Amino acid sequence: MNIPSLSELYLQFCLFSLMAVGGANALLPEIFRQVVEVDKWLGGAEFATFYAIAQAAPGPNVLIVALIGWKLLGVPGALASMIGMVTPSSIIAFGVGKLWYRFRGSPWRKAIERGLAPITVGLVLGSGCLLLTTAATGWGLYAVAGATTVASYFLRHNPLWWLAMAAILGALGVV
Amino acid sequence: MNEQEATVHPSRLELFAGFFQIGMAGFGGVMPHARRALVEKYCWFTEKEFIDLLGLGQFLPGPNVGNIAIVAGARFHGWIGSVLALTGLFLAPFVIVLLLASLYRYYDDSVVLNRALAAVAAAAAGLLLATALKMVVKLERRAWVMAMLGLTFVAIFWLRLPLLGILAVLTPVSLGLGWYALRKESKQ
Repeated sequence: MNIPSLSELYLQFCLFSLMAVGGANALLPEIFRQVVEVDKWLGGAEFATFYAIAQAAPGPNVLIVALIGWKLLGVPGALASMIGMVTPSSIIAFGVGKLWYRFRGSPWRKAIERGLAPITVGLVLGSGCLLLTTAATGWGLYAVAGATTVASYFLRHNPLWWLAMAAILGALGVV
Repeated sequence: MNEQEATVHPSRLELFAGFFQIGMAGFGGVMPHARRALVEKYCWFTEKEFIDLLGLGQFLPGPNVGNIAIVAGARFHGWIGSVLALTGLFLAPFVIVLLLASLYRYYDDSVVLNRALAAVAAAAAGLLLATALKMVVKLERRAWVMAMLGLTFVAIFWLRLPLLGILAVLTPVSLGLGWYALRKESKQ
């Protein structure tokens, strides 16, 4: 494993930030490809665990980014990766925010929204499948993932319930 | 500001505190909480404005909620507002997630904890899959939309291609098709 410097870490996540069309969930496969497969900063199982921790904690799922930085360089690393993740996108959002209201009814905006939608959804679907194949290492875990998918799709309970149930089943050694 | 559109104008402290609360509340996805807080609880935005804001947050690169914090903050207090809203949003979750991870590292060798976490990771994957499926169902049922969806999925998941390349090739095509579909409809 090649440990990056703080500035390398910051710049890497600035780059991710610019590619995050469709938010953090759409970006997971790219982060996985770069951080696990190319840089080998962490293992696949560790990646899935970090995602689970970020999901179980309050706040946006993008916090998996902070955990990657934390693993490599401690709290400064967590800050570097997290700040990198929001720097370029925030500058763009600040600039574009005003324009957006002006082009409210514009056909350009509708075309962009419609055109980007299938790409975003394809990326999020890819994220889900990637996490599934990484996290589900046995049939029991596949069953947990499948049951959670169905439950969360059809029922409107707080997702924390499904995570808690999985934790209990896991701790008891059922799955 | 127009009476019907304009709602409550928060102070800097209120802006920070509001987004702090949104960050804390957002178990498993922040967006529903953000809507409830910004539209119903604080009345900083009307429903229509929020939908508009959501569209922007999704269209821009970067974390969606983060983008919403930036634009909302800027609307009320310029760039200082943006920084306050963004910091408020991420402060508590950032600390909590690091505390959880430290706990995990400390009890790293516990078999029970590792089994529990493995199951939670599988469940978290399930949650994300459900989110993705809900998005798929909402898409327009058109051949080009499904084709772009399929191509993107195959490229990122099966072929494991770099995202930058995928976006560089597929985005212009998809935007063009979106534009073409819109023009065809407006002619009819």
